[in-house]
Amino acid sequence: MNDIPLLPIIGDAEIALLEKLSNANAVSGDEGEVRAIVLEQVRPLVDEVKVDALGNVLAVRKARQPGALRVMLAAHMDEIGFMLTSDGEDGLFSFALVGGIDERILPGKPVKVGKDHVPGVIGAKPIHLQEEGEDERSIPVDSLKIDLGPGGENKAKKGDRATFATTFQRVGPSLIGKALDNRLGVATIIELLRHAPDSIELIGAFTVQEEIGLRGARVAAYAINPDLAIAIDSTPAYDLPLWDGSENTVYNTRLGAGPAIYLTDSSTLSDPRIIQHLVRSAEAEGIPYQFRQPGGGGTDAGAIHKQRAGIPSVSVSVPGRYAHTPALVVRLEDWQNTLRLLHSALRRLTPDVLAEPRP
Amino acid sequence: MSDTLLPLLKKLLSLSGLSAYEAPVREVIAEAWQPLVDELSVSRLGSLHGLRRGQGAEPRRRILLAAHMDAIGMMTTQVVDGLLRFTEIGGIDPRILPGQPVIVHGRRELPGYVVQPADRLLPKALRGKPVPMSHLLVDVGLPADEVAELVRPGDLISFAQPPIELGETVLAGHSQDNRASVTAVTACLQELQHMRHAWDVWAVATAQEEETLGGGFTSPFEIRPDLCVAIDVTFARGPGVSSDQRTFPLGKGVTLGWGPNIHPALFEAFQTLAKQQDIPFHLEVMPRHSGTDAYATQIVAEGIPSIVIGIPLRYMHTPVELVSLKDIRRAGHLLAEFIATLQPDFMNEITWDKANE
Repeated sequence: MNDIPLLPIIGDAEIALLEKLSNANAVSGDEGEVRAIVLEQVRPLVDEVKVDALGNVLAVRKARQPGALRVMLAAHMDEIGFMLTSDGEDGLFSFALVGGIDERILPGKPVKVGKDHVPGVIGAKPIHLQEEGEDERSIPVDSLKIDLGPGGENKAKKGDRATFATTFQRVGPSLIGKALDNRLGVATIIELLRHAPDSIELIGAFTVQEEIGLRGARVAAYAINPDLAIAIDSTPAYDLPLWDGSENTVYNTRLGAGPAIYLTDSSTLSDPRIIQHLVRSAEAEGIPYQFRQPGGGGTDAGAIHKQRAGIPSVSVSVPGRYAHTPALVVRLEDWQNTLRLLHSALRRLTPDVLAEPRP
Repeated sequence: MSDTLLPLLKKLLSLSGLSAYEAPVREVIAEAWQPLVDELSVSRLGSLHGLRRGQGAEPRRRILLAAHMDAIGMMTTQVVDGLLRFTEIGGIDPRILPGQPVIVHGRRELPGYVVQPADRLLPKALRGKPVPMSHLLVDVGLPADEVAELVRPGDLISFAQPPIELGETVLAGHSQDNRASVTAVTACLQELQHMRHAWDVWAVATAQEEETLGGGFTSPFEIRPDLCVAIDVTFARGPGVSSDQRTFPLGKGVTLGWGPNIHPALFEAFQTLAKQQDIPFHLEVMPRHSGTDAYATQIVAEGIPSIVIGIPLRYMHTPVELVSLKDIRRAGHLLAEFIATLQPDFMNEITWDKANE
């Protein structure tokens, strides 16, 4: 283990792993492709690994000293996407949305269908054939089809999943790809297991079905029964200029400003002791961080903190623009700093943190 | 020969070449046509002219095949906090834009995406509704200071969606409208290598069709052909489009236009030939503006008898336009067969009231 640097650094190998994770398809309830990558990655790093009844991957890296805290790190493997709902007459399949997708972004997009990633497209009515004012109305998903071309009815079947066909790319300081919500979290936990401190027991929970109701995290937290939990996810950066030039006061988070620590979202009030621990760890090492603007949204922490008799929890996210669209845009430095912050906090974590009374 | 068509079309669908900025695609077409024609030139407005001489005695009559090569796209109007506002070149439904990969042609080529600001960032009246182009942005993944140096108003934004093969015969991509037809003209030129034809053939990849029909007006003026054929895409049946007479099945044949832009005797000649040759086709009624270069070619100089051949295409003016290679080959074959039938006295048959005589 001596050849592993103490501090995790994101280099070409780590980005290549994220790319593989981003290009894999894992619509909620069909996480097998990502699960296979995760299992391959974590097996050499941990003492125990299992796949539970829902498909969560639970990977345990034991402490190397007694009396250690047991820490759950949760990141969901699943992504938003589609399920085919018809038999695909003439290669045209009806489909339903899985997870929170804004139907305004569907027309004119390429998709990948099924285990073989069969290429297809979601088309749109030609502008030439539209009535006046038609472009002011949304196109309902019921009227759209996934088009696999002539003979496509033999290439996929009702019940198959589909995702946007975006290919991961690195552009200047940015990483752009589909499903970076939450393959970033998945990749982050893999790196933390690789660089796990000996002073704590670290349990990586790669969860399923987050996008349709935090279902995997709920049972994972029950089974793990940790002393505390950190959900690692992606959160929207709404840091765009406003149409009228006025100040954007609802940016949620900003790209380039570091990992986003959650104070409160729509389903969780983060444990203030762990927030303080994160802040102290960041400031001790000069790691940039930001508080996510309070309110809205949610992560696996919403299910975890109410499990059993209560599990002190917090969420830390990599800020990203355009979540739940074909292309999420994140800054590499934000991911690196998220990893640094979490590593620092885990290294410094002692039972004293939770021994403090809650405020 | 025709196995070179798919790679050519894929290459054409991977290039920009927006209206009035056709050079990237013009160069590739010129390369493809070079071995198939006797002369190549570029017009003042940017159309590519390829002359393939006939074997008849001089002075020879001329037929012009017009397929526009320009693509729809966008142009930067403002750079604000590292993001771009833009307008359209050609007609684009803003509802297909959010999430589209693009290339911004700034001081260097910048990959990016068209993005839709979250509802919380939009005026109340627009929330939950399709976001108009005025409120969409392009994000190139770079910090604001770098974007300010690299991009300025007027920089073009082209679609970056790579072509996708859907099975063996159907290709999806941006600018199938009208590079599918450029490919059909190329197929025609390839077939003519092995055929005798009396007339001169002018293959023209026209410029600026999507905005002004600029190439459609000016190239025939310069060339002064006796006949013009506009080859363009037409509406294939598909989701969201009714199955009326304005749409045609994908991969089941080309269309022959019928209406005021089309010379009835020329239509008759093509129809007769297509039936003889067993080339599947559909009648496409064009009651007013044909929506093609033929609208222009017909009224160049003292007027030129014109016709439209259509290649059915699904999802027109999106980056996932679908065309069947079968229809491209059919269009190329029909053109070549027609050219081979042209005799020096063919124009005697081309009178508007021939059918009534």
